[in-house]
Amino acid sequence: MALLEFRNVSKRFGSLLAVDNVSFAVDSGEFFTLLGPSGCGKTTLLRMLAGFDAPDAGDILLDDKSLAGVPPEKRPLHTVFQNYALFPHLTVEGNISFPLEMAGRPKDEIRRRVAGMLALVHLEEKEDAFPHELSGGQKQRVALARGLVNKPRVLLLDEPLGALDAKLREEMQIELIALQRNVGVTFIFVTHAQQEALALSHRIAVMRAGRIEQLDEPDRLYGFPQNRFVADFIGKINLLDVDVLESTPDRLSLAAKGLGTLTAPPVQGVQPGAHGCLALRPEQMRVVAENEDTGLPNHFPGVVRDLLYEGDVTLYRVVLRNGTALEAMIANSAPGRPRFFEVDDRVEIGWRPEAGRYLHD
Amino acid sequence: MTDRHRRTSGTPRSERAVKWFVTLPPSVYLVAFFLLPSLIMVAASFRTPGAFGGLEPLRAPDGSLQLSADTYRFLFGDWIYLEIVGKSILVAAVTTLLCLLLSYPLALLIAKSPRRHRDFLVLLVVLPFAANFLIRVYAWILMLGPMNVLYSPVAVIVGMVYVHLPFMILPLYTNLEKHDPALLEAAQDLGAPRWTRFWRVTWPLSLPGVWSGTALVFIPVLGMFAIPELMGGTGDILIGNLIKEQFLDNRDWPLGSALSLVLTAVVLVLAGGAVLAGRRRRRLAKGGA
Repeated sequence: MALLEFRNVSKRFGSLLAVDNVSFAVDSGEFFTLLGPSGCGKTTLLRMLAGFDAPDAGDILLDDKSLAGVPPEKRPLHTVFQNYALFPHLTVEGNISFPLEMAGRPKDEIRRRVAGMLALVHLEEKEDAFPHELSGGQKQRVALARGLVNKPRVLLLDEPLGALDAKLREEMQIELIALQRNVGVTFIFVTHAQQEALALSHRIAVMRAGRIEQLDEPDRLYGFPQNRFVADFIGKINLLDVDVLESTPDRLSLAAKGLGTLTAPPVQGVQPGAHGCLALRPEQMRVVAENEDTGLPNHFPGVVRDLLYEGDVTLYRVVLRNGTALEAMIANSAPGRPRFFEVDDRVEIGWRPEAGRYLHD
Repeated sequence: MTDRHRRTSGTPRSERAVKWFVTLPPSVYLVAFFLLPSLIMVAASFRTPGAFGGLEPLRAPDGSLQLSADTYRFLFGDWIYLEIVGKSILVAAVTTLLCLLLSYPLALLIAKSPRRHRDFLVLLVVLPFAANFLIRVYAWILMLGPMNVLYSPVAVIVGMVYVHLPFMILPLYTNLEKHDPALLEAAQDLGAPRWTRFWRVTWPLSLPGVWSGTALVFIPVLGMFAIPELMGGTGDILIGNLIKEQFLDNRDWPLGSALSLVLTAVVLVLAGGAVLAGRRRRRLAKGGA
């Protein structure tokens, strides 16, 4: 039995269909992420779950019981808001004890549990500080502590790391994973940052225009995107336009316009003559100097047009004969040799057939 | 090198000049028209009233200084004056409380209405200022007359509340409008029902506005003489009327000055008490008690 279930939920704002017949279930203890660009409906889903908006159609169930008509203050769910929404007139201790006071817990229990939460988020010495005296990361931890202290069935997190700088965000990601494992509370996390979703989640629902495009585990999502949108949205990717020449149970034979034929892993139900694209991750690409052998069946000559040196890796943009640009990410493992190629170098770019994934249009 | 030196040492001096230039005119104005008159009143309260108004000369014909605390002895020796001071404080307190009770829901309503309506609603609040104060008071007299409440304490309070309502609404609105709606959602999300959300979030955050409004209503009401004079009965005179009477009718300038200073002292003591109470409350909150 799933802890939480969305059943055919739809929500319309005026002429905008914000959520379009969405169904999914979340298990107890899961770190579940709703990922998508702004306006895809992920925040609307979260607000309907918290109770601030009501679905126009469909139902949301917690422990198999409908939440319809239950006001936000009666739902056993707490939210960590985008800008934390800490009470500015209360201390850290006052903020964290708020939900316990609302639940009418006895004073000594409140004191004990607040102290426990403060220890969990490493803020023991900030107990008496007011929110305006805290750094962004500290506010974030107070918001988490406040959301978790009354042991909600589900903790909803609305882009909670969005306001932090990049380095702090990475630290908070690690803390968030540890925290969720520690408390065992189900997390529903909303974000538009795909890297964050991949790093944190057990499962991710990728959304676009009110619908779920793909719901999968992070590595499946990255390795086996089901369509062009998901492939493009998650990580860096090369999309090569292709026509299907031959489809057999153990391989696809494809034609890339102006380049020639290449092979890819089989995809069920694809007919010869179909049009689509071949998705290739930049880190799967091999680049060698012109006239050198890649040792790979799929390879084409090209010219390095641009390169982006990022320290640990360098991103090379190679333009093929037909004008298609492919990006290759190559690790700079050899010290003292930051780049393998320069702009305008003639190269050969190739990949293992298993690295490609045919996506039907 | 010398150029840079000159520039760095020149900046603070020119900044200081700007500071003087900006603060000098209001300072001069306040000294000339507030501080000096106040000091003159302090001096006047220790002098002797003239036979036909004004003051007796500072030096008697024999050359001795004519200064005494007789006026204060008289003032504090007669219960009627302290009773009127007490009654004035009571009227001001009741007026302030009624203004607060009437203004808070209205200010909250304006603050929560769509942004494009707010300016218009605020305009409606200040619109009565477009009509002359006395005309509005006479309008109340015309309305209250047939209701048989004119020339009573009730009429005085009604008039006071009416005239001072905008001074409570505006600071409350300015405060409430700035509240982040996410805070109420957070409180609701964390289990707070409607009234708890108000008392635990909206009300404490609005206290600065409440204090501003209280000061803007309480202090003018304490010194108000026109409304008690026009709408109150003979028993409804307040300290403002008393001061006016000393200067214009009784021609006892020293007593008028002394009463004015008592009024100022009352305001300062109450305001100081409020500040201290606020500090104490904050300290208690910080102590986690």
